[in-house]
Amino acid sequence: MSKKSTKKLNITPVYIDQVGIEDRVARITSRSIKKDTKVEGLKMALNMIDLTTLEGADTVQKVKQLCNKAMHPHPSMPDLPTTAAVCVYPTLVKTAVDSLKGSGVKVASVATAFPAGHSPLEVKIADTKLAVDNGAHEVDMVISRGKFHQGEYNFVFDEICAIKEACGKARLKVILETGELGTLDAVRLASDIAIQAGADFIKTSTGKISPAATLPVTLTMLYAIRDHYIKTGEMIGMKPAGGISSAKLALHYLRMVKEILGDKWLDNHWFRFGASRLANDILMQIVKQETGAYQAAPYFTKD
Amino acid sequence: MAKKDEKKWDLVSAPESTSHIELNKKYDHFINGKWVKPSSGEYFDTVNPATEEKLASVAKGNENDVDKAVKAARKAYENVWSKMPANERGKYVYRIARLIQERAREFSVIESLDGGKPIRESRDVDVPLAANHFFYNAGWADKLDYAFPNRKAKPHGVAGQIIPWNFPLLMAAWKIAPALATGNTVVLKPAETTPLTAMKLAEVIADAGLPEGVVNFVNGYGDTGASIVNHGDVNKVAFTGSTGVGKIIQKAIAGTGKKATLELGGKAANIIFADAAIDQAVEGIINGIYFNQGHVCCAGSRLFIQESVFDEVVEKLKFRMENLVVGDPLDKNTDIGAINSKSQLKTIKDYIKIGKEEGGSFFETKASLPKKGFWCRPTLFTDVSQSSRIVQEEIFGPVLAAQSFRTVDEVISKANNTPYGLSAGVWTDKGSRLFNMTTQMNAGVVWGNTYNKFDPASPFGGYKESGIGREGGLHGLGAYLKF
Repeated sequence: MSKKSTKKLNITPVYIDQVGIEDRVARITSRSIKKDTKVEGLKMALNMIDLTTLEGADTVQKVKQLCNKAMHPHPSMPDLPTTAAVCVYPTLVKTAVDSLKGSGVKVASVATAFPAGHSPLEVKIADTKLAVDNGAHEVDMVISRGKFHQGEYNFVFDEICAIKEACGKARLKVILETGELGTLDAVRLASDIAIQAGADFIKTSTGKISPAATLPVTLTMLYAIRDHYIKTGEMIGMKPAGGISSAKLALHYLRMVKEILGDKWLDNHWFRFGASRLANDILMQIVKQETGAYQAAPYFTKD
Repeated sequence: MAKKDEKKWDLVSAPESTSHIELNKKYDHFINGKWVKPSSGEYFDTVNPATEEKLASVAKGNENDVDKAVKAARKAYENVWSKMPANERGKYVYRIARLIQERAREFSVIESLDGGKPIRESRDVDVPLAANHFFYNAGWADKLDYAFPNRKAKPHGVAGQIIPWNFPLLMAAWKIAPALATGNTVVLKPAETTPLTAMKLAEVIADAGLPEGVVNFVNGYGDTGASIVNHGDVNKVAFTGSTGVGKIIQKAIAGTGKKATLELGGKAANIIFADAAIDQAVEGIINGIYFNQGHVCCAGSRLFIQESVFDEVVEKLKFRMENLVVGDPLDKNTDIGAINSKSQLKTIKDYIKIGKEEGGSFFETKASLPKKGFWCRPTLFTDVSQSSRIVQEEIFGPVLAAQSFRTVDEVISKANNTPYGLSAGVWTDKGSRLFNMTTQMNAGVVWGNTYNKFDPASPFGGYKESGIGREGGLHGLGAYLKF
């Protein structure tokens, strides 16, 4: 079962220039996003959040509360969009699926021995299946960074192929854990491997390692997605995760997506933020734009 | 899911405020520390190229005005500036630097109003770099014995300086800062289309308390510049501008004993090897040619792409070009502002016509242009060769000509196959190739995996018809000294 994949990895290395990447990022962050553009961007960003809780202390009640927040981000403004998804551990998928029924909010589950990924493939597949069988719409897997550093790219590739197969209809997000990869060249290589292996999304980080998502890393991954699109016409999604807690930074990310990939990607089918704190900062900014005044943190619900 | 060409989330305009700037209706010459009316009584208009509206009247200088200014500079040199202890001189130069920083917003806005360049550039490049040139040179003022050990450096005397319209304040800084730090006095003519930041700099110089006559500004056209070059009491000429005028200056000063630095035109090769970081190289191509609407002497206007990646680079380049926002220079989101003048726009349009007639494949972006003002979309020609006029001649606009090459030797010979030799760019992941290329290019500056990076400590200047001498760094300082 696990060795069924017949796909072969075929990679030409693509070089990344760190200085050039940072220059491009600087051009994007100097864009001035104001007024209508800002409001529209904020609402879009809210609608792209994978509201996340991934703690040892997670409980059924905690997940239920989080689901409620995902469906009703700011009860006094009922017209606001929901978040895109709620992201939890496999054992809590069922709770999330039940809580979110009928809301359109998806359930994403981390799997494959998240966050370290140091488990045999059989365990990872079982982990994935548990999540999918419980109703997860999306699976966020981690790649084997140890094997990647050992140069065993085929191992990494085959593993992603196997998990993709185990996902069935669920969409697969492949976490590269870029904070452990060391260089942008490695980020690009890992992105290409994941895309070739069938990732529906590539994702920067688990959120358990610092640095998590950064603009240069995300830009590097967006270029990988674009090159794949140019070559095959196939769209791949992107999910920066971890460390994105301010609305302003989220708008920079969106602007980057627009300039690098184009308007088609400005949709939560193709772009997500993995974040736990971002939603309330976005809400604070939206309220500021609507009312002209900042409201204090206690006016925004924690979950 | 994905609808084709569905436009969304475009940027609304975010204009920089102009409420904090003060512009006079009329500017005279600044001679001997005072504002002096032109002896002819004549003034000319300087207009905002983005709106075609008049910004101010500016005095039109003639020989008499130049003579007055040179006399003031001579007097200041003999009586005050050459006698002042070097560390005191340095303090004045530092003071100018700090005042530019304090008034950075005002300088940026006026630079964009008068010249058409995007506020993003005047704010992030021109003005900070201008201040840095004063800071850098100020530091050398009392250390010339260490800069040039055992050589007994002495100033020339009166420096006559003529600057172009593409970087008005920055070029004034490049010229004035080393002249003052080394003990020379200055007569400077700003460009006729962009005199306003120089007039503001005159205010700063007055505010800094510089002794009268140390820095003088005479406004006017080319004939005013010629009067400066030909004045018998000018010891040193510094000119930035076209190669044509540079040649005239060279002839005019032949046999007079005047020293000159000339920073002239360019037609830089920007070379992309197949192993380059392609997306970053594309960014470098953009910075190389579309920076300041292409009004840059070191612009990377001749693009060479290794044939195996030619199509990929061109496709990515076109995609990237579509992201360039053309429009109001004061809008913080503008990438490409207004063409500096009506006549420059005509020059650019003429070259585009020539390029098409010569059989080049023409591409321009879909950017919408404002109704009034002088505008040109970012433009790319492919299917051109070394013999095309748009490949040979300096256009000074957002017009890029792309050719392919196969081998290192081929691209070196093509890149050097031009009368110019100001700058070049090389993009490759391979360090050894990069160093090989830098030694073989006949260019004053070669950028490796980057483009249009400037620093006051780095000398800048050309080979061949791109000029004589260097500005910036120790080399630039040395040009204002005799040994």
